[in-house]
Amino acid sequence: ITIMAAAARFFVRGAHPKLSFSGVCASAQRSLGAGLLKLSPSCASRTKTHKRHAAHFTFQPDPVPTQYGPTQKMNLFQSVTSALDNTLASDPTAVIFGEDVAFGGVFRCTVGLRDKYGKDRVFNTPLCEQGIVGFGIGVAVAGATAIAEIQFADYIYPAFDQIVNEAAKYRYRSGNMFDCGNLTIRAPWGCVGHGSLYHSQSPEAFFAHCPGLKIVIPRGPVQAKGLLLSCISDKNPCIFFEPKILYRAAVEQVPVDAYTIPLSQAEVLQEGSDVTLVAWGTQIHVMKEVANMAQEKLGVSCEVIDLQTILPWDIDTVCKSVAKTGRLLISHEAPVTGGFAAEISSTVQEECFLNLEAPISRVCGYDTPFPHIFEPFYIPDKWKCLEAIKKMINY
Amino acid sequence: DFTQQVTFDIKKCDVHGLEEGPADTSVLTRDQGLGLYRSMQTIRCMEQHVDLLYRQKLILGPCHLYIGQEACAVGIEASIDKADHLITSYRSHGFSFTRGVSVREILAEITGRRGGVSKGRGGPMHMYAPNFYGGNGIVGSQVPLGAGVALACQYRGNDQICVAVYGDGAANQGQLFEAYNMAALWKLPIIFVCENNRYAKWTPMQRVSACTDLYKRADYIPGLRVDGMDVLCVREASKFAKDHCQSGKGPIILELQTYRFHRHGTADRHPSYRNEAEVQEYSNKDPISRLAGQVIHANMTSAQEFEEIDMEIRKEVEEASQFAITDQEPPLHDLCNYVYHNSPPLKIRGIHRWATLVSIGNTL
Repeated sequence: ITIMAAAARFFVRGAHPKLSFSGVCASAQRSLGAGLLKLSPSCASRTKTHKRHAAHFTFQPDPVPTQYGPTQKMNLFQSVTSALDNTLASDPTAVIFGEDVAFGGVFRCTVGLRDKYGKDRVFNTPLCEQGIVGFGIGVAVAGATAIAEIQFADYIYPAFDQIVNEAAKYRYRSGNMFDCGNLTIRAPWGCVGHGSLYHSQSPEAFFAHCPGLKIVIPRGPVQAKGLLLSCISDKNPCIFFEPKILYRAAVEQVPVDAYTIPLSQAEVLQEGSDVTLVAWGTQIHVMKEVANMAQEKLGVSCEVIDLQTILPWDIDTVCKSVAKTGRLLISHEAPVTGGFAAEISSTVQEECFLNLEAPISRVCGYDTPFPHIFEPFYIPDKWKCLEAIKKMINY
Repeated sequence: DFTQQVTFDIKKCDVHGLEEGPADTSVLTRDQGLGLYRSMQTIRCMEQHVDLLYRQKLILGPCHLYIGQEACAVGIEASIDKADHLITSYRSHGFSFTRGVSVREILAEITGRRGGVSKGRGGPMHMYAPNFYGGNGIVGSQVPLGAGVALACQYRGNDQICVAVYGDGAANQGQLFEAYNMAALWKLPIIFVCENNRYAKWTPMQRVSACTDLYKRADYIPGLRVDGMDVLCVREASKFAKDHCQSGKGPIILELQTYRFHRHGTADRHPSYRNEAEVQEYSNKDPISRLAGQVIHANMTSAQEFEEIDMEIRKEVEEASQFAITDQEPPLHDLCNYVYHNSPPLKIRGIHRWATLVSIGNTL
């Protein structure tokens, strides 16, 4: 109950006290004058924001990278555009395709690329995900670098067969004669505050069950550009999920030139001695806050690890950390049953059983479809993570 | 003293795979005319309120307005029975209304409140009613579903039909062709309705469709291309299509050429994929003004009577809007209900090991 009440504090809703409607009912263009809309009783006491939602995290930018040359202020979608720009410039076989990408894409990730590189290299496809990915596999197998965009990760399922049965198994079944390593699939991912059932999903767990694929999820613009460039140059089919809530919210100084960040290497963002926190994407920013809260309120020192590559994942880094701290908390938005935290938890208990001071904790979404109105209560926010840490410490 | 019945000339439909299409005239009574006007105007007024609510940040979730396309939903509903079945895409507010959901329940569902038709759980897209299978978020997914409903009708021998509505974007989905094939093979009583508003979100139809005659897409299924901005045209074509299905001839496709005056969705920011001149051109073909003009010109009613209807509608929609903002949100424990059908209630794993919620799965 305490958790729910705490979460309720963050569900802020307000409304304009006065409003005027005009031009309703097209044929009679009449102003209705100012009508006073009564606020709901639960809203009356709130004087605060008019925001649809208070975000459940605060983006914490990475320090400015110095080893890759000059940098420029970019948000997440701009860093993706920059990566794609570098790719199209250096790789003459690279093509980008998907729904609505020619104009720049629904999230502005491909703005300007068609004008710069031509309509034969950046083009729209019809609305057919299965076709888009199948087509992309073909392009990749024939030797060109294919970067396919699926408009939202929620729409990737028609392409599931192509990805799992064709892309992932091409090299294996042909004895290395053919492969579609030139294929990279990009898709916006994760909750966004107002996405409801079909614009908020995190499907990484479905694909993690498929050997042959690589799955990568960045936490911010600097990581996104480096990881995306690694995915594109990696000789395996990669799925790159971009946290859509960070497209505008995440702003960092990003190197202008091309650079890569290695795949399958988890990054320790903050060292600690009492609890290991593992997450990826947007949830990293929640975890950083949780680590601070744990230090301030509980005197608990947390080690925060960004997994970055979901498949194949960096078992060593996580296990070394748990061997040191003895406690592990894994958090993701996707539902808990069969979510990727289950895989991490299972492997860590195999490797580090005797090091564990408390059972491994998973703070994840409920086992329900991603809800419409209940989103603030569904997502694993910092209060729920903190509660889990408390329970682990007192085990 | 008003004329009680008039025969209007309507545009002839383009025909594929048939000897002839619907007649080029439509008989309209005064009551029918007022009814069609009222339905279209209610949808229009309601959708404009939705836009306002969205701009005040009182709506969660992607919201797709039906403004400009009212003739399609209203014309179809005028020709089918309540017992017939219908399923559509995410642009579903118009059909939700015509299929019997009240304005109040629609608006409350959009704002996610208890009084909404789906108890606040579905949001703007997912509204349902008897024989109306919703609002579907995934493009094209509703078409094979509609074919299945038609199969059930055929199997039960109840003489009902199913109308499966989709857009020009969905016309390129593979699953549509799978549905076409099965429907034709088994002569299912289904009307495939393509609401061709010329844009799949931001992409013009002709740039992504090798064949732009969407009514001919299923080569072996007969089709009609209909003026979707004229409610009388849509009504006649739907009547024709329903007769076709019910006489055991199998499926038929209706391509309704229509236009949406607003953006793809209320959250849209992309400004420039359509030019102003085109939007203006179609605004001049507004289905509501068109019907109103025709009916007044034929002396079936007066402008004043329409104004009275407008005022009634506006009052109804405003009250519904007020309800939609002030009604309570669903209770928190509803988050976990109806995941499965289960009796007794099932434990659902929650955020972490110490949070379990109980899921009710039975309608009580």
